[in-house]
Amino acid sequence: MNLVAATTSVPGAWYLAVAAVLFTIGAVGLLSRRNVLVMFMCVELMLNAVNLTFVTFARMLDDIGGQVLVFFTLVVAAAEVVVGLAIIVSIFRGRVEGATADSANILKG
Amino acid sequence: MLGALLTPSAFLAQTDAVTDRIVTPHVDWVAIAPTMILIGGALLLLLASSLLRITRPPKYLYAGSSALIASAAALATEKHWERVRHGRGGAFIANAVKVDGFSVFLTVAICAAIALAALIADDYLRRERLDGVEFYVLALLSGGGGVIMVSANDLIVLFLGLEVLSIALYVLAGSHVRRAESQEAAVKYFVLGAFSSAVFLYGIALTYGATGSTNLGEITNYLSTHVVFGNGLLVAGMALLLVGLGFKIAAVPFHMWAPDVYQGSPTPATGFMAAAAKTAGFAGLLRVFVSAMATQRLDWQPIVWTLAVLSMVIGSVLAVMQTDIKRMLAYSSISHAGFILIGVQAATQDGVSGALFYLMAYTFIVLGSFAVITVVARQGDAAHTLDTYKGLARRQPILALVFTLFLFAQAGVPLTSGFVAKFGVIQAAVDAHSYALAIIAMLSAVVAAFFYLRIIVLMYMADPEADAPPLTIPLGVGIVLVVTVAFTLFAGILPQSLIDFAKSAVLS
Repeated sequence: MNLVAATTSVPGAWYLAVAAVLFTIGAVGLLSRRNVLVMFMCVELMLNAVNLTFVTFARMLDDIGGQVLVFFTLVVAAAEVVVGLAIIVSIFRGRVEGATADSANILKG
Repeated sequence: MLGALLTPSAFLAQTDAVTDRIVTPHVDWVAIAPTMILIGGALLLLLASSLLRITRPPKYLYAGSSALIASAAALATEKHWERVRHGRGGAFIANAVKVDGFSVFLTVAICAAIALAALIADDYLRRERLDGVEFYVLALLSGGGGVIMVSANDLIVLFLGLEVLSIALYVLAGSHVRRAESQEAAVKYFVLGAFSSAVFLYGIALTYGATGSTNLGEITNYLSTHVVFGNGLLVAGMALLLVGLGFKIAAVPFHMWAPDVYQGSPTPATGFMAAAAKTAGFAGLLRVFVSAMATQRLDWQPIVWTLAVLSMVIGSVLAVMQTDIKRMLAYSSISHAGFILIGVQAATQDGVSGALFYLMAYTFIVLGSFAVITVVARQGDAAHTLDTYKGLARRQPILALVFTLFLFAQAGVPLTSGFVAKFGVIQAAVDAHSYALAIIAMLSAVVAAFFYLRIIVLMYMADPEADAPPLTIPLGVGIVLVVTVAFTLFAGILPQSLIDFAKSAVLS
């Protein structure tokens, strides 16, 4: 019966704050890093921060819906990885400088 | 309470009572018929071409099939329209999918975009030696995602539709495998698209936290029964949703990707992207903000006002400086997004019907324009400078005449659909007392008219370059031009039936 008392309880807002920090790190990383693969990882970080937000709200609202949404997000993220990596490989195949965004510089004006 | 639940007997008693039987929602197949036809048709097309090992497809086989599938999907909305007319429309499948005039109208627009893009693509793909079924399958899948978006009644369904639409578009943008520009466009579109999707999803999460649901109907209920004022969570959620959708419709300041992606993508894919992605993005914007969050309009209207002004002014001004026709049309599409945002900002019935009319008219105008550009670009898809258009009237008079009509329509000259469309949204702004917005819209339309007229002058007044080869209009593009010209003139001269259709399609 002391199960609840024995565990420390963390307020939901803390999880939300962590998620917001993770999301910001992802967004700033995406906008500042030059390596396309790292930019891609930053997108994943942002999506996982959103997942954490969904789960936290689901728990706070006592609603299973928010947890179900995480599965949808995971599926979409997986589909994006497949297509994104294929595009990255196709553009940077055979380039010596590697997958940097700076080498994608034909289109401008 | 949790402690009591954790004792085995209490836990079992609870589950016995609750999980006697799992009730799944009733799936109303008619409500999702257009999506199922588009996506099922795409998969069938892919399967058939792989099983039959078609390496050199007969002319117009794939384009014809895609156009047929898109027409079937558009015809399937007839059943929806019947429901709406008899007052049996509404939300289906656990309230996730909406069947109303709005979804019917925009589904027809997206299906038209698929069919027209497929017909333009057929000749293009054979000319560029890229013939295969992939382009058509991706366009159908992408259109299927767009149809999911226009009928979404739940934020997560909206997100899934957005992703189905976008992921296929990333591949379409990079589908010219031998052009480095196409690959670069795909990477740029992908990185910024994924970023905007993540922002949009975070907006969904915060809105869910603030209102307790992702269902648009329940959000409306919550907002109308609770006084939500100065709720930081909801405001942040709305802002992020707006940013996410702002990227999709390429509104300033979320437009950076559009010129590069429009320029680099294969020309038929650019046309499809401009028509379908914009339609679906605006559908999301109208459903989320004008319909579900109507009570919070004091929060979002000023932001949409700013986006509209920035898009119109910056889109028009930067378009004047372009020397590449596809970049110019990209900036012009940004400025069109600003005009449609006027209808969103008004947040009235007239505003919504004006935006809907604009989207339908723009679909045909932009696909017709890119059909002309596809022919003029010739093999290699590289001749896109404005100089290429010098003396086009002498090289290919029909093409020049048709392009003139589309440029007039984009500029909003009377007797074209573009005029009726611009008139509709500006009138809605005036009725909603947004006088400043209406005046800025008219001024930026004047700036925009300058660069459309400049191309027309080049086509008719300048001499063609000496080595310019003659141009022939292939059959597929010919059909597209006939259809788009007919629609543009019809909606410009006798707009009443289409206006009535748009008015009956407004969100309740």
